[in-house]
Amino acid sequence: MSALPLGFLPVLVRREHASLAIKLLAPPVALGLATLLNLGLYLLMGRDPVAVFHAMLLEPFLSWASFSEVLLKMGPLLLIAQGLAIGFRAKVFNIGAEGQFILGAIFASAIPIWLPQATGQWIWPSMLVLGALGGALWASLTAFWRVRLNANEILVSLMLALVAAQVLNYLLLGPWKDPAGFNFPQSVMFQYDAMVPILIPGTRVNVSLLIACALSLAAWLFMQRSFAGYKLQVGGLAPRAAAYAGFNEGRAIWISFLIGGFAAGLAGAAEVAGPLGQLQRSISTGYGYAAIIVAYLGGLHPIGIIFSALLMAALYIGGDNAMVSANLPVAAVRVFQGSLLLAYLVAIAFVRYRLEWRHAAQGSAP
Amino acid sequence: MNALEFIVAGMLAAATPFLLAALGEMVAERAGVLNLGVEGLMALGAIIAFIIVYHGGGHLLGFLAAGLASAALSLVFAVIALGFRANQVAVGLAIGILGQGLSALFGKTYESLTVKGLPKLSLPWLSDIPVIGGLFAQDVVVWLSLAATVAIWAVFAYTKTGLVVRAVGENPKAAHALGYPVIAVRFAAVAFGGVLAGFAGAYAAVVYTPLWADGMIAGRGWIAIALVVFGTWLTSRIFLGACLFGAVSLASLAAQATGLDVSSQLLSSLPYIVTIIVLGIISSNRRLLKLNGVASLGEPFEQ
Repeated sequence: MSALPLGFLPVLVRREHASLAIKLLAPPVALGLATLLNLGLYLLMGRDPVAVFHAMLLEPFLSWASFSEVLLKMGPLLLIAQGLAIGFRAKVFNIGAEGQFILGAIFASAIPIWLPQATGQWIWPSMLVLGALGGALWASLTAFWRVRLNANEILVSLMLALVAAQVLNYLLLGPWKDPAGFNFPQSVMFQYDAMVPILIPGTRVNVSLLIACALSLAAWLFMQRSFAGYKLQVGGLAPRAAAYAGFNEGRAIWISFLIGGFAAGLAGAAEVAGPLGQLQRSISTGYGYAAIIVAYLGGLHPIGIIFSALLMAALYIGGDNAMVSANLPVAAVRVFQGSLLLAYLVAIAFVRYRLEWRHAAQGSAP
Repeated sequence: MNALEFIVAGMLAAATPFLLAALGEMVAERAGVLNLGVEGLMALGAIIAFIIVYHGGGHLLGFLAAGLASAALSLVFAVIALGFRANQVAVGLAIGILGQGLSALFGKTYESLTVKGLPKLSLPWLSDIPVIGGLFAQDVVVWLSLAATVAIWAVFAYTKTGLVVRAVGENPKAAHALGYPVIAVRFAAVAFGGVLAGFAGAYAAVVYTPLWADGMIAGRGWIAIALVVFGTWLTSRIFLGACLFGAVSLASLAAQATGLDVSSQLLSSLPYIVTIIVLGIISSNRRLLKLNGVASLGEPFEQ
């Protein structure tokens, strides 16, 4: 390796103690870094970076109307990310939450589509439960493939997410298409009792946000206070020690996938029984993938994830704002999400390492 | 042309995006690096090539620029995953999301536009054979990809370079002790994978289906990663796997053309379902994976 002009090379040196301060600082630093990079990109694209910044990152918080939309979007992201983070801490990588989310929406929709005349307060809770079961069922396919057939769970769960999108298409173009819907790929509108009750009057925020917060608390209790959660974490941090202690790896994989699928399915059910009110194609807008970023950005910690879910939800609403006011393509949100995770992964490296400048001659590069 | 002839003639072209991307990923994985961003690298290469070819830059320039762009993005992966020793799974996913986002961003004004593909070059005599003759009439990129496949196989079978890459993947500490620059080799392997992923995306967008549609890579990058497992990190088996997937994607087209009464959604998900099934079959042979797998895959290297 050739030396820099000054003859010094940056080297990462392991810290003696992991730095908690940097762990807490990493998300805001990453947000700042990603914001700078993306504003630079918008400048190159000929947009006014100040206007985009205002529309994307400030406006979502400036009016109650748009902040309530942020809270609405936060629900599914929070639910999915809490489920995923439990698996990620056990180093079980379920990246097909998008598919489990879609299956949750499909299972939940079965009730109002098959029983359009039914009334009663039992309908929306049953839809949520059925949706969660649907998501868990879809996730259990991957768990089976991983535990019994030794197949890589990342690839299987992702492939199943792509299959789930086709199952949704099939239903919406075929048996579940609204006969009076002008051939649009969508189901009938659901009856009133199939809708999750509104939580904050005057907004679209419904009870599912409350459920998501309650499950966040449950996730915290599970991971920090239960033996099962402890076993999962040990399996992720020190697989050999976990095996030596007799913690069953297959069990950890099943638990991770069932929890992840359950949460994602519940989120999908809450989407059709909430803001959408019908099963439609636009149900899958990438929440399952965005939730992976939410989980990491929240440090895989139930409390951190609440903040990162809020941020990611704001980014979605802000992206919509910027599309209208600054003529920014929607894809800019995905670019922002990707660079945000990359910036975070760089920042988090400094929790365990610090940078040292060493003279090239004594540098450790061979 | 009957269905069989159709599949035989088109199989190699359909296989090429899978083949190129999978070979690139194989090289990176053999060096011990798991890059899950292939889908994003392909998407970026695809739009870069499409834009250049659409504006009259020609296919050669399109492919070169696509290779460069995807290599640049794969180097971002390398800096964060290898330089900062971040979790390779997370970095790969982020690169995938970023690449797909950039592809959609750059491609917004090109939606549904078309470009001209490449002519087929036929081998004399051979391409006149009945039924399998179509196999010998392919465009220049397919021929070059076949040559590249042989070259990569030869590098791993016969050269010191191939040995060094494998040593770095199998036992980085020992390779380092012998004086090989582990991190530099891994950077090079990742960049090489990036170039091939860029070519794969370019082929998909300006030769195989020369029409721009957002999300046109449609999971092919992920299938390419699965192909490396199917092929148990061996060039020859990855080639066969890519041909299988080329044939599967054509079989669904042929089935639709012959008016077979199968839902188009089932046919579209056929490659994904085949991936899941084959992955289960191959992976359940734990000995095979252990024997051919890369020992330090996904592990960061610290001196």
